[in-house]
Amino acid sequence: MIEDLYQEVILDHSRRPRNFHQMPDATRNVEGYNPLCGDKLKLFVKLDGDTVEDISFVGAGCAISTASASLMTETVKGKSRQEAVQMMERFHDLLTTEKPPAANLGKLAVFSGVREFPVRVKCATLAWHTLKSALTSAEEVVSTE
Amino acid sequence: MAPVTEPRPSASDRREHFPLLDQRVHGKPLVYLDNAATTQKPQMVLDAMNQFYQMDNSNIHRGVHELSERSTRHYEEARIKIQRFLNAADWREIIFVRGATEGINLVAYTYGRRHIQAGDEIVISAMEHHSNIVPWQILCEEKQAILRIAPINQRGELLMDEFEKLLGPRTKLVSVVHVSNALGTINPVGEIARIAHRHGAPVFIDGAQAVAHMKVDVQALDCDFYALSGHKMFGPTGIGVLYGKAALLNKMPPYQGGGDMISSVTFAKTTYNELPYKFEAGTPNIAGTIGLGAAVDYINEIGLDRIQAYEHDLLAYGTAQLERIPGLRLIGTAREKASVLSFVLEGVHPHDVGTILDREGVAVRTGHHCAQPVLEWFGVPATTRASLAFYNTKQDIDALVAGIYKVKEIFG
Repeated sequence: MIEDLYQEVILDHSRRPRNFHQMPDATRNVEGYNPLCGDKLKLFVKLDGDTVEDISFVGAGCAISTASASLMTETVKGKSRQEAVQMMERFHDLLTTEKPPAANLGKLAVFSGVREFPVRVKCATLAWHTLKSALTSAEEVVSTE
Repeated sequence: MAPVTEPRPSASDRREHFPLLDQRVHGKPLVYLDNAATTQKPQMVLDAMNQFYQMDNSNIHRGVHELSERSTRHYEEARIKIQRFLNAADWREIIFVRGATEGINLVAYTYGRRHIQAGDEIVISAMEHHSNIVPWQILCEEKQAILRIAPINQRGELLMDEFEKLLGPRTKLVSVVHVSNALGTINPVGEIARIAHRHGAPVFIDGAQAVAHMKVDVQALDCDFYALSGHKMFGPTGIGVLYGKAALLNKMPPYQGGGDMISSVTFAKTTYNELPYKFEAGTPNIAGTIGLGAAVDYINEIGLDRIQAYEHDLLAYGTAQLERIPGLRLIGTAREKASVLSFVLEGVHPHDVGTILDREGVAVRTGHHCAQPVLEWFGVPATTRASLAFYNTKQDIDALVAGIYKVKEIFG
């Protein structure tokens, strides 16, 4: 069902993305790119020791990728690096496996409908791939390919 | 000729000729509007390829046995069909390649490498597909030559005055798309060839999006090269044609080395074969070539005049219907236009439009259509593109429009 994909929370976050701004004093900024649809985003992360103290993004993309980036920033703000990476793994499982959704996904559970739209999985994971790169390596542009 | 009052062939014929079209997708009747990406194949084409593999399969040009004689005959008959289809002066000017992309690369690697020098200029247009940009960029980089881009206007039409201003004594090649895949613009390629020739530059026309929609006469256009892809004209994938004037082809070095492109080999020296075989190294796509020949027969049965007239009406209908939708902006509104309805919808990314349309059974293409520079020029990262073939109907357009309203409903 198309309504399973475009749930109200997703539409809301795509229209009014949260933490949607540049961050001049970010400790990391990394670009993510999905060549399939041309979606581009730039992610800003401010780390305080091991903690994601602040996070924001800018860019242009489809509703799924924009909402995913928006909800991701809300989810990982204040989390440790390790918690953020674990959250990414749970999110990835939600989109790509038949496993029952993890209990502690919070709002991210609205993306469960993406599983039925395989070509859109990359839209939903772009922001997360970019975050992983920001937290783990020095790469500057991340591609979904 | 009969007046064009209804689709040719009629809707019932169409289902019979194109079995694929008669199916449901996500529970809805399939509305296939992605013809600029690839067209569907009529039963005639499938049968011709099946017949080859079931009865005639063997390698060409070498065997003394019956099967080889048959497959060689069918292969070469396809070449004659293409020669007539394009009205080439000689069958030797028809070279089988994998598709238009390979045709462009062949000319860039052979003609280009031999004739383009440092400081020379190659002129293309701002609406080219990546395949008519990148091979020239590679060549220019290698040779320290310069790639010049002829600009377009807001409708997506080539600015002919600006184009001509780019030409001069350093212009060594002009390469322009016949019909733009992203915009649908039909370029005045005959006039382009005349202007280029006045400046002594040969002209390459990328005809991938043209040949399924209009009659092409390479002698009347007086173009030096013309390339097409079989799968965009109801033929199979992996087969296409490069047309080139014999005088130019003869002067070009071979593209790839291997079987069929040589007449004799010793370790000291190899003598290259005559046209067109000089450019057809290795066992070619025999089944694909035969399928392409059948596609030409099929198009001829319907008649390109009829196809063009019918599609013209359908495009006008589709344009009028889409223009009526609030918040929809057509990208590409050239006065001379074929087959393409490319658009953006306010507040909705094309990728979301495409997914919702798909669930309504409507197949369109979304993204940059391998023509990023032209979309950048229009200030959009991507569009939704519906592209027509003669088997599409007004009902298909209506289904597209209904689907777009569904998108608007979801996105509020």
